[in-house]
Formats: sequence, structure tokens, C-alpha cells
Amino acid sequence: MSLMDILLILVPSTLLWATPLIFTALGGNFSERSGVVNIGLEGLMVIGAFAAIVFNLTFVDALGASTPWVSLLVAMAVGALLSVLHAVASISFRADQVVSGVAINLLAIGAALFLVKLIYGKGQTDIIQRGFSKVDIPILGDIPVIGPIFFQNTYYTSYLAILVAILAWFVMYKTPFGLRLRSVGEHPMAADTMGINVIKMRYIGVIISGGLAGIGGGVYAQAISSDFGHATISGQGFMALAALIFGKWHPLGAMGAAIFFGFAQSLSIIGNSLPFLENIPSVYLAIAPYVLTILALTGFIGRAEAPKALSQPYIKGSR
Amino acid sequence: MSSRFTNILIPVIAVFLGVLAGTIIMLVSGYNPIAGYSALWNGAFGDIYYIGEVVRQFTPYILAGLAVAFAFRTGLFNIGVEGQLIVGWLAAVWVGVSFEELPKIIHLPLAVLAAAAAGALWGFIPGFLKAKFRVHEVIVTIMLNYVALHVTNSIIRNVITDGKERTPNVAESASLRSPFFESITDYSRLHWGILIALACAIIMWFLLEKTTRGFELRAVGYNQHASHYAGMNVNTNIILSMVISGAFAGLAGAMEALGTFGFASIKGGFTGVGFDGIAVALLGGNTAIGVVLAALLFGGLKIGALNMPLESGVPNELVDIIIALIIFFVASSYIIRWFIERISKKGVK
Repeated sequence: MSLMDILLILVPSTLLWATPLIFTALGGNFSERSGVVNIGLEGLMVIGAFAAIVFNLTFVDALGASTPWVSLLVAMAVGALLSVLHAVASISFRADQVVSGVAINLLAIGAALFLVKLIYGKGQTDIIQRGFSKVDIPILGDIPVIGPIFFQNTYYTSYLAILVAILAWFVMYKTPFGLRLRSVGEHPMAADTMGINVIKMRYIGVIISGGLAGIGGGVYAQAISSDFGHATISGQGFMALAALIFGKWHPLGAMGAAIFFGFAQSLSIIGNSLPFLENIPSVYLAIAPYVLTILALTGFIGRAEAPKALSQPYIKGSR
Repeated sequence: MSSRFTNILIPVIAVFLGVLAGTIIMLVSGYNPIAGYSALWNGAFGDIYYIGEVVRQFTPYILAGLAVAFAFRTGLFNIGVEGQLIVGWLAAVWVGVSFEELPKIIHLPLAVLAAAAAGALWGFIPGFLKAKFRVHEVIVTIMLNYVALHVTNSIIRNVITDGKERTPNVAESASLRSPFFESITDYSRLHWGILIALACAIIMWFLLEKTTRGFELRAVGYNQHASHYAGMNVNTNIILSMVISGAFAGLAGAMEALGTFGFASIKGGFTGVGFDGIAVALLGGNTAIGVVLAALLFGGLKIGALNMPLESGVPNELVDIIIALIIFFVASSYIIRWFIERISKKGVK
């Protein structure tokens, strides 16, 4: 097996697994930069995956080829809607943000399975007929060497995710909105003094996170699992959270970490077919993202500093 | 209104609101809420067998709840109960299947202690990292949950067995199964573990409320800087709290390992007991007695839920939704407190 053959398998598979992580990690980035912890990313992905699959199954005849894309928008809307609950509890009602996130996770999986049973009368949906399918991207795919590795046999959603990451970086670091969002997460009182509406900014941050995590779930469901059941999303949300931290709360860093974790995930699945990896037990690859995150937090791989006001509710007038 | 009364009132209101929300969900989805809740009640307390099963579920819930609550009292949020439970489960089974000839009086305590030690070790890691490097325990414990899941699966498949999906059953001498409890509850899976769980609740109460060390642990939870100034070793207390919390969680794993199941198998996902433990601890106000009461409620809800699809056609996930909403309401107690104060002020006028 030549290096070229290995790359032809590995790169598309990495991008496939990384895509949902990128979207979700970017979502977490918006929320946490505004100072609200979002442990609920997992649940938001669950509800996104659920919404995408149900919409896809219901409207596939009417919408034809555009079904997965429209379903993705629906997943975004539903994810954003559920995140409002997290926002209300943790911003307005001053609930412990971690607890509220845990509740989001429990609620999402409970509600999604309840509705699946209500709608379909069984614990798992049918398999969708039209998911995201592999494509060769025109023009770019014709470039010699690079084309076949990066732009053939791949998914449009992967490149959308990378574009969204660049966009998120631009919004967060190059626009007044981004500066406000970050200031609210670092020092809400100072931001308030400067006339920024802390509560509003935090609501926006959390709702964007819900929308992006919903997209993440929708992509996962329509590109990887193709149906929805109790184990469709199993830890991807937490892995996205890990990517966010490993990427030091920076959109491009989060994207890089998500791609790396996608690489580790795809290695643990297809590693057996690669010559130099068949002797490494897959468990090492499976736990790599989590161990690396802990090491990153500990400072062994460049220290990751959280936004200063993370997890603290903002109470006007208190010091 | 006294704060003590409010503290009791808030969980009661939260449960009431959760049940109310469940009623509305059933009505909106076209189910009969009375049929749904009576199926829930019958499934939990309608038969001596079900009562046995409720108490069986009650057992790990107490321990998982104690684990979360104990860490909480020291100002730490242990989301890693799930992972500590899984490693405890594995350790108990490992000891349980490894020794054949030991008498029960040695083998059973050894297996139980192995679970506690494994959980304690898994809790030590985030405690140590928090104390030494100021790493937030929430992230570390979440990450360790997944590490625990993958590592235990790998050990079950490659070390204890030869590529199999589940381990053999633990030896009779390490089993918590109780023929006596089984016979009085119409052959439910109720086992001796309930006594261990209740004993742990008493231990936690005694440790936190009646010993110097417990006072230090609570003091660190209230104010780290003041405790440090008063000469307490904050780092030691943080590590100790996570270790004890992990030990409780490991014991919860032992309950499943030696009592309910008697083996360990490859897991596709988490058991959920650790996360439900967060709900139990919150609802119980992080006190030993509160945890026991809340665990009973959640044990009843979880077991009763299994009867809901059979008797009334309502999907049992309704109970998961209710539990999640109860957590929301307890967590949002600020707003409930605000309402209570508004209402009681009106009463005075």
C-alpha cells in the first residue's frame, strides 16, 4: 500500500468524521466566549440529528435532491430553539450552567426518543433515502495529487464546515459584535459599563451555539448514521467540547482540533486496514482525544485558558 | 419564611412542576395522563416484585447521588460519577471472577473494596489535577468518563476474556445476591447491596457533620481563601473530597456488578446512573437524607416507567423528560425562591 493509497482512504474519512465536530465545537465557542458553559452540546446535537432525520423522512418526496440541506436548516432551527431553554435557565434564572447543560442532555435524548416512539411507533427511525453523498468537487478535484486526496470522494458539508470556521474567526475577532461577545465573557461588568447589553449578548452566544450544534447533529445523522436511535449521537458533543478546549477557545484552533479528533476517530475505525497501524490497539486511538484534552488543560501541551467569566452568572450591580 | 422551610419547599415544587409538565406532554401527545401515571404507580408499587425492583434501582442511585453530593459540599462538581462507576463495576467483577477458592467473608469485601478503590483512583485524577494545576474538574471528569468507557471495554474484551462480549459470572463467594430478599419480593433482583448503600449515607452524614475533617471539607466548599487563611490545607481537602466521592461512585458500580448483574459486558454507551446521580444530589439538596429520599423517588420513577408502555401505551422516555425538567426547576431555584418571596410578602399584607 503506497502512501498515496493510504492518504486516499484517510483524508476523506478524517474530514467525514471531523465535520460534525467542527460545527458543534464552533457552536460551543460562541457560547463559552460569551461566558456561558455549554455542556449541553451533546443534547443539542441529539435534537439536531433527530430533527434532521424526521424532516428528511417526511419531506424527501416533495423536496428531492435538496432534502438534506433543508433538513440541515431545520436541525439548526430546532437546536437553536432548545438552546433557548439553556439560555433562560443559565442567564436569566441564574441556574448553575453545568447543571442546566446536563439537564439539556437528558431532556434532548428523552424528548427525541419519546417523539420517535410517538411518530413511528418504534424505538428507531427508518433509514433515510437521501443523505449527503460523496462527490468529486469540480475543478478543484482535477488538480493533480492534491485533487484526488482532498477534493474527490468527499462531502460538500466538510468544506462548508471549514468555511464556517473561518467565518466564525472573522466574526469573533474582526467585528465589533465579536469584540462585544468576548468582552462579555471576560469581564461582564466592564462591558456593561461600556453600554453593552450583557444579557442580550449571552443569549445570542448561546442561541448561535444551539444552531451550530444542531447543524453538527444534522450532518452526523445524514452523512454517517443515516437513521436516528438512542445511540446515534454517543459522545460527539462532548468530543466537540474537548476540541473547543484543545483548540484554546479559538475558532480556527477548535477546527484544527476537531480535524485531529476526526482523524483519531477514523483511525480507530479504519486503522486495522492500514499497514503501520494494525498493531496498535484501537483503544489508544479511541481515548486519544480525551487524554490529549486533559494534557492540554494541565499545561503539558501549551496551556488552555478559559474565558475569565465562564460559568459565572452576571448579576447587575454585584461585584 | 424560614430558609429551612424554603429549602424543603423548592424540591417539592420542582417535582410538582415536573409532574405537571409530564401531564401536559401526555395530553398534547394524545395520551391519557391518568392512565399514564397510574401505570407508573402500578409499575413501581403495584406488586411486591416491582417494589423489590424499585429498591434494587434505589441502591446505586443512593451511592451515585452521595458521590455527586459529597463533592458538591466541597465546592466540586463531579460529573465523572459515570466513569468512576464503570471502573468500579469492572474492578468488582475482575476480583469476583479471578479468585475461586476464597471464603465469602474475604472474597465479597475484597470485591466491594476493589470497586471503591478503583472509583477512588478515578476520582483522584481530577482531584489531583485541580489541586496541582487548577484544571477545572468538570472538563477532566467528562473526559475521564469516555476514557473509562473505552478502557474498560478493551479490558473486558482483551484481558479478562478472549475477545468475548461479556465476562463470566462472578463467583458465588463474591456475589451480593440474596435468596432471602429474592424470595420475599417474588424473585426480583433485590440484593444485599441496599444495606451497603444506606450505611454509606450514614457514613457521609457522620463524616461531613460530626468530624473535624468534614468541617474542613465543607469550609473549603464555602470559601477556599478563608479556609486557607484559617490554616486548612485546601489542596489536600480537594483531593480527599474527589477520592471519597469516587469511592462512593465505585461502590455504585459494585452494586451493579455483584448484585444486579453479576458480570460486566461491553458497553456501547453509558449506564446513565452517574448522570441521574446529579439529579438525585441536586434534588436532595446535597445532604445524606435528601439524597436517600430523592434516590427513592427516581428509583420509583425509573422502574415504574417500564410499565408505562405496557399498560397505557405511553413511551417510558416520558420519565426521562420529567427527570430532566425537575433538574431544570431545581437548578433555577432562584426564580422559584423569588416567587415564594413574592407570594409570602403578599400574605403579610
